[in-house]
Amino acid sequence: MTKKRRSRFDHDVICGLVSEGSSVLDLGCGDGELLIKLIKNKNVQGLGIEKDIDQVTKTIIKGVPVLHMDLDEGLTGLPDSSFDFVILEKTLQAVKKPLFVLDEMLRVGGSGIVSFPNFGYRQVVDSLVSTGRMPVTSTLPYQWYDTPNIHLFTANDFLDWARKSHVNVEQGLSWVDDAIIPFTEGDAFEASEVLFVVKRFAP
Amino acid sequence: MDSVGWTVPHRVQLADINNPLPLDCGEKIAPVEVEYEVYGKLNDVHDNAILILHALSGDAHAAGWSARADELNRPWLKNRPGWWDRMIGPGKAFDTNKYYIICSNILGSCYGTTGPSSTNPETGQPYGLAFPVVTVGDWVRLQERLISHLGIKRLRAVAGGSLGGQQALEWALAYPDRVESAIVIASSTRLSAQGLAFNAVARHAITTDPNFREGNYYHDAAPDRGLAVARMLGHITYLSEISMSKKFGRRYCNGDGPGFHLGVDFEVEGYLQHQGNSFVDRFDANSYLYITRAMDYYDASSWGAGDIDQACRRIESRVLLVSFSSDWLYPPEQMKELAVALSRCRKHVSYANIQSSYGHDAFLLEVEKLSQLVRGFLEVRDAQ
Repeated sequence: MTKKRRSRFDHDVICGLVSEGSSVLDLGCGDGELLIKLIKNKNVQGLGIEKDIDQVTKTIIKGVPVLHMDLDEGLTGLPDSSFDFVILEKTLQAVKKPLFVLDEMLRVGGSGIVSFPNFGYRQVVDSLVSTGRMPVTSTLPYQWYDTPNIHLFTANDFLDWARKSHVNVEQGLSWVDDAIIPFTEGDAFEASEVLFVVKRFAP
Repeated sequence: MDSVGWTVPHRVQLADINNPLPLDCGEKIAPVEVEYEVYGKLNDVHDNAILILHALSGDAHAAGWSARADELNRPWLKNRPGWWDRMIGPGKAFDTNKYYIICSNILGSCYGTTGPSSTNPETGQPYGLAFPVVTVGDWVRLQERLISHLGIKRLRAVAGGSLGGQQALEWALAYPDRVESAIVIASSTRLSAQGLAFNAVARHAITTDPNFREGNYYHDAAPDRGLAVARMLGHITYLSEISMSKKFGRRYCNGDGPGFHLGVDFEVEGYLQHQGNSFVDRFDANSYLYITRAMDYYDASSWGAGDIDQACRRIESRVLLVSFSSDWLYPPEQMKELAVALSRCRKHVSYANIQSSYGHDAFLLEVEKLSQLVRGFLEVRDAQ
């Protein structure tokens, strides 16, 4: 939902995390770019969910199966643990009910892969403090009035949710400048974007 | 330029006394003649054929201009192109430069394929209500004979809207290995109770018309009033509240006030009356009874003994499902349920709900958006 300037790079990272031949559900799949990559490179069985019909059409044109649905209405009908991976690639900050969407992700998926722009990124915070206006950066390129990002949050906000919700964070990655490095809580403010692989603790 | 041009219907006998068509009701029917049209060219390997399925009152004339309107005694065909002309033709969604398009009239209809107005070989008279009750499954079984007759083993696609969408779905279920992809539009796995109720009232209007005479009206006046009422009712279900408001509002036919009479006074009344009256000139009341009954009976889950997941597991084709937001005859929610069921069964399915105020009729009218989806879906073969 942010401008995917470095989308190919992002997609490569996710491709690296998804195991060969697995089943993948991409929530907010956009034009299906990531899924087609996963299908071609990782031989996955992929399905997208997308609420914008023009994006749905682009996904269909790629030959990728996609359901035109609103994530805020949940994934009713899709059984528990029916996908190996469920992806929320820069989508969570744009939904109305993020916690509900996360719950649904963990219900239908074995592992969740969640990436989002980090509102705690130093440049973002500095911009807010120094200008007194909503930050506009490369990962948050919108004005306050036209942004699709209606639930901005920080990497640490996300980790708080994981702790409270008994969700295990198996892996974290930070986008620092042009590199991708392992995420550490202490250096969270250095990351423009973050990605976490999460799993529900076995009950 | 973007039309298939003049079209000529073909007739073929696909069941005879030695090879009758078995029906779901347990009976067998023969002879059966089928009227069909084809557009485009069948390629050398016979793998570019698309079967188009028509809805309740449709016919085999899906595109172009009929060159046989007079001979067929169907003068209305002179005034308009085929019913899906905006979707079928050179460069259109169903591109006749690439695909060989086939459309046939369904069993029990009145446009060239055997139906209640055809001669019953046992009596030498029109069948009337002696015509067996036919089903969507029977239609598809007959279409399979046509496809085989045309030398086609596997269809590139089957596609239709409304009752045509149910035939497309039935094809994917009944002949999974003969359908590469299925396009199901403004349709569902089965009609809702509300839909059943509308059909019941429509049939009641026909059967209580004094001219109905147990369906034996072919030599006398036909039950035109009943059929007109049935069609008026149908048209209400094809539109939406918004489209009716936009199209007619509360406008009066003449002037801007009430006429203080009980005849047609509102524009919407005039529209329905026109639809009803023009329909009786072109449709057979008995066919209306039989086809709405087939629509009532259809339930895709019967392939899984009532379990839609079990039924869906049969499907091997890629599936495209399209609904329209204001369609209350086949609501988007039902299509979404089918989409999710197919996904549960790990089938290649895509689903799109097109925003439209046209109601059920949108499948004939929302051509631009529908074309993008259909074209895109047909052009890529399976990505995974």
